[in-house]
Amino acid sequence: MPVIRAADLVKTYGDFDAVAGIAFEVEPGESFGLLGPNGAGKSTTMRMIGGTLLRTAGVLEVLGLDPETHGPEVRASLGVVPQQDNLDEELRARDNLIVYGRYFGLPLSYLKPKADELLEFAQLTEKANAKVSALSGGMKRRLTIARGLVNEPRVLLLDEPTTGLDPQARHILWDRLFRLKEQGVTLVVTTHFMDEAEQLCDRLIVMDHGAIVAEGSPQDLIRRYSSREVVELRFGSDRNAAVAGELRALVDRSEVLPDRVLLYADDGEALLETINRRGLNPLTSLVRRSSLEDVFLRLTGRSLVD
Amino acid sequence: MSVDRTTGTAARVVAATGERLRRRPAWLAALYVGNARAVIGRGFRVIRNANWGIIATGFFEPVFYLLAMGVGMGGLVGVVPGPDGRPISYAMYLAPALLATSAMNGAIYDSVHNVFFKLRFGKLYEAMLATSLGPMDVALGEIFMALFRGFLYGIGFLGVLAGMGLVTSWWALAMLPVALLIALGFASLGMAVTSFMKGFQQLDLVPLALLPMFLFSATLYPITVYPGWIQAVIMALPLWHGVELMRQLSVGFFTPLTLVHIGYFVAMSAVGIVVVTLRLRALFLR
Ligand SMILES: Nc1ncnc2c1ncn2[C@@H]1O[C@H](COP(=O)(O)OP(=O)(O)OP(=O)(O)O)[C@@H](O)[C@H]1O
Ligand SMILES: [Mg+2]
Repeated sequence: MPVIRAADLVKTYGDFDAVAGIAFEVEPGESFGLLGPNGAGKSTTMRMIGGTLLRTAGVLEVLGLDPETHGPEVRASLGVVPQQDNLDEELRARDNLIVYGRYFGLPLSYLKPKADELLEFAQLTEKANAKVSALSGGMKRRLTIARGLVNEPRVLLLDEPTTGLDPQARHILWDRLFRLKEQGVTLVVTTHFMDEAEQLCDRLIVMDHGAIVAEGSPQDLIRRYSSREVVELRFGSDRNAAVAGELRALVDRSEVLPDRVLLYADDGEALLETINRRGLNPLTSLVRRSSLEDVFLRLTGRSLVD
Repeated sequence: MSVDRTTGTAARVVAATGERLRRRPAWLAALYVGNARAVIGRGFRVIRNANWGIIATGFFEPVFYLLAMGVGMGGLVGVVPGPDGRPISYAMYLAPALLATSAMNGAIYDSVHNVFFKLRFGKLYEAMLATSLGPMDVALGEIFMALFRGFLYGIGFLGVLAGMGLVTSWWALAMLPVALLIALGFASLGMAVTSFMKGFQQLDLVPLALLPMFLFSATLYPITVYPGWIQAVIMALPLWHGVELMRQLSVGFFTPLTLVHIGYFVAMSAVGIVVVTLRLRALFLR
């Protein structure tokens, strides 16, 4: 039985479709990603899964139950990390974890060691008795993530978990999440970071304007929607458009961005050689493997660089 | 973190929660898990770190009234007829009314001002309702915290009365549970009203409504001085019932109206709790 099952899921605000009829399933132990530009409907979907936002239409089952009618029971097994931190500003860091655990009915004998363990997890042991307002943005984020683990959830909903984290903290978090996955925890992650999606997600959906535009594993999607390699060229902002026409003739697919031109090819080095032989002389050039970034650009026509 | 996610404490608690909820009617299971104590525990943790000076603000208002009116005016007025018709000193007449007011003030302060800020600026309730708490757990827990403050004010005020020699009967002890009931009523209603407030202008209306209610509700003199229709309005408002109840209790004299006063607060609390529950659901689970 899937852990999450959505069919024809709709959320409307007035006459605006924030989520316009999506369907997906998440299997137990899977790490499932929601990708999409700002306003695509990712957070809306996450909140419907947690049952804190009512859907307008469609079917939604989480652990076999409807989160709308069985909210408390469903949420007992969920860990929720919202996009915006909502820590308890009137409590200290450690108390945030303990009190939050009490909301699940967990006993103090369990919560006290658990809080210390989670502070360690979030690398906040020194800040245990700090007020929330005295934590940095990234520390608050880490505390929010730690808090979402206090009830040892079977399903962890992470809405842009690493936003605001420094690279080291991000990598540590990925590692911890990977270990949770090994323990059988199902992860649902939204992100703007393509490397994160590639690292974390077994499977993902790409959303745009409330609809699903593609679904598959990261490798799948790259294979389906992009070439093996990409050549990135910079000619300076005024020349990019000028040379684009000539470049476009060389490849099946290209993207002209304000600061660079992307050319899609199976053999990037060969393509670059051709370009140099023609005397086009880019200021900089780079051959790299295709990534989800390129898939995203292809599917939504938008770059995802934050 | 190596935990066994199927047999650990958390898994057991989650399973027990699920089982408990499944025994309830579905509509109730979506509103109430029976864990208001977690919300109360949070409230006490906050109080523990808070500044007790701030907590006590509002307590002194009835004390000042007692000194100014009871002692000052009392000298001019002398004795007045008590609830049972026998004469009592003016201070004795005033004291139970101010005790009821004290319980009200404490409950209102927490359920209106504090809750307003949590609703509008904090994300506390949003965070709570993302856990297995239901909106009614949150409602009951927060109302309890407001009631607690009202009760504290009540105890404090009773202490002041005892210190001034105004406690003459063992009935005074029964005033404590009644202070609790009055505080519960005002805490529930206060939070219910606050859940509809949009801005500071509306918050400012609260003292504007409370002051005349305080002045007119038979606190300082009997309402028989007013024409009938004004009396009817006053009797429809909650504080009058609290004042009368306390005053009857102060001399141990009861009438069938005693039950009406009690019933009024029970009903007020019940309606308040239901409204707060539904409002929390409407605001945070929508
Ligand atoms: N309460 C609301 N009232 C009206 N429209 C809303 C409301 N909440 C969200 N929306 C709209 O729904 C759409 C989807 O929002 P959502 O927050 O799900 O986007 P998202 O994919 O999470 O974006 P981001 O990457 O910026 O977090 C947006 O267009 C947003 O303006
Ligand atoms: Mg979002």
